[in-house]
Amino acid sequence: MRGIAYALAPFALAALLLAGWEVACRALEVPAYFLPPPSAVAVSLVENFPVLFRAAWQTLWVALVALAGASLIAQALALLTALSPLLDRAIRPLASVVQVTPVVALAPLVLIWAGLDHPGRALVALAVVVAFFPIFSGAAAGLRSADPDLERLFDLYGASRWQRVTRLRLPAAVPFLLEGHKVGAGLSLIGAVVAEFGAGSGGGGGLAWQILDAGNKLQTDRMIAALVLLGLMGVVLHALLERLERAGLRWWRGR
Amino acid sequence: MSVASLIGAEVEYPRGRALGPVDLAVGEGEILALVGPSGCGKSTALRLLAGLEAPTGGQVTRAAGRGETAVVFQAPTLAPWLSARANAALPLELAGVPAAEARRRADAALARVGLTGAETARPAQLSGGMAMRVSLARAMVTEPRLLLLDEPFAALDEITRRALADDVLALWDASRPAIVFVTHNVEEAVYMASRVVVMSRSPGRIVGDFPVAGPLPRPAHFRAEPGFRATAEQVSAALAEGIAA
Repeated sequence: MRGIAYALAPFALAALLLAGWEVACRALEVPAYFLPPPSAVAVSLVENFPVLFRAAWQTLWVALVALAGASLIAQALALLTALSPLLDRAIRPLASVVQVTPVVALAPLVLIWAGLDHPGRALVALAVVVAFFPIFSGAAAGLRSADPDLERLFDLYGASRWQRVTRLRLPAAVPFLLEGHKVGAGLSLIGAVVAEFGAGSGGGGGLAWQILDAGNKLQTDRMIAALVLLGLMGVVLHALLERLERAGLRWWRGR
Repeated sequence: MSVASLIGAEVEYPRGRALGPVDLAVGEGEILALVGPSGCGKSTALRLLAGLEAPTGGQVTRAAGRGETAVVFQAPTLAPWLSARANAALPLELAGVPAAEARRRADAALARVGLTGAETARPAQLSGGMAMRVSLARAMVTEPRLLLLDEPFAALDEITRRALADDVLALWDASRPAIVFVTHNVEEAVYMASRVVVMSRSPGRIVGDFPVAGPLPRPAHFRAEPGFRATAEQVSAALAEGIAA
């Protein structure tokens, strides 16, 4: 009984809020451009589904490409910091600068660099910037996470630098890499959307552009429909990555 | 002829003296127990003998070279991503031994500690005692001349401790390496060692050196024999004196 209540609680609250919203909109006769009722949003979502779905796919694609790019760059740099204390000293402050710079502020510059004819590249580059840091810091911490006594054993048996990295530090870093990629993937989606906003109409086609476009036309129902889709996409992506992380951890420690 | 020795060896850390000066020679095939209170420098002495640390004064001689020295730590210190077999084979793999031979020798080492059938298990699937046995197998897989154990059973329950003590003695009997082990359990020291060395706290000196009579590995009721009790009393007294001093 209690189990069922626990499972249903979030849905019950959501249903309650939606019902309240619907009733309030009708009873108070709120203008649709200000706040459409959820039923209108649902209708709009169905009517505009092909357009919105294509937009969502485009945003997701940018996020995924950015995740792959950020993964490559972040892990390569983290490996360099693990191999040389000097490089570590050099790279870390710069990585932090990348982390604290708001991506929206970078957008105009990156748009110019990517070339105004290639807004897609700029979007990917901006999302890479956002997804980079958690993967980098996770990898950098993971590569230092090996048991110090295991490191001593590698000393004792005269392991080469290469053996130490491939047989000890990289495998030891796996849980940190999984965690970093999970966080990074969520951020790459946020980065893609923020970059689309930053790029404005130049960003063309993604979900953020749908939201801007609908806003300009005062089609608030379409705006919220796009938001709902974005939220769903985020939830699904997060759930997927959490499963991947758990499966990865199970594989890593064998249970 | 000693396998390894400390000659007036001392270790000074920025926060103070950790050891010595200490003179200690480990004879070929002898089992030497280092006992003392926490912080008396016994683990430091062990790391010097292993060559994992250099003395800040005095000398360390090591006849056992690389690949002839093995260390077992307080925790099993296994790689969680490797099977028991791959963990046991690690020293061979690092030395470039061909995979098939490394596997065969790792399986043999696991068999000697009673882990036949657990070759493919991961550390997370093993009990504390089994994990420690894998750690012993890994140490013995290179057939070392010098085996160093740093409080190897401290985290285990009494029954497992005693079983592992006999396992170590059986391993010793098979190839007769010199063994140095650190413990703060007097009974364990007297049971396992042919010689017990007592250390005192700061600055970490040797305050007693007691030979232990009796056959190795130990007969069934060795702990009940008067000789065992007498030596344990002597060691305890030296330990108490060292702490008071």
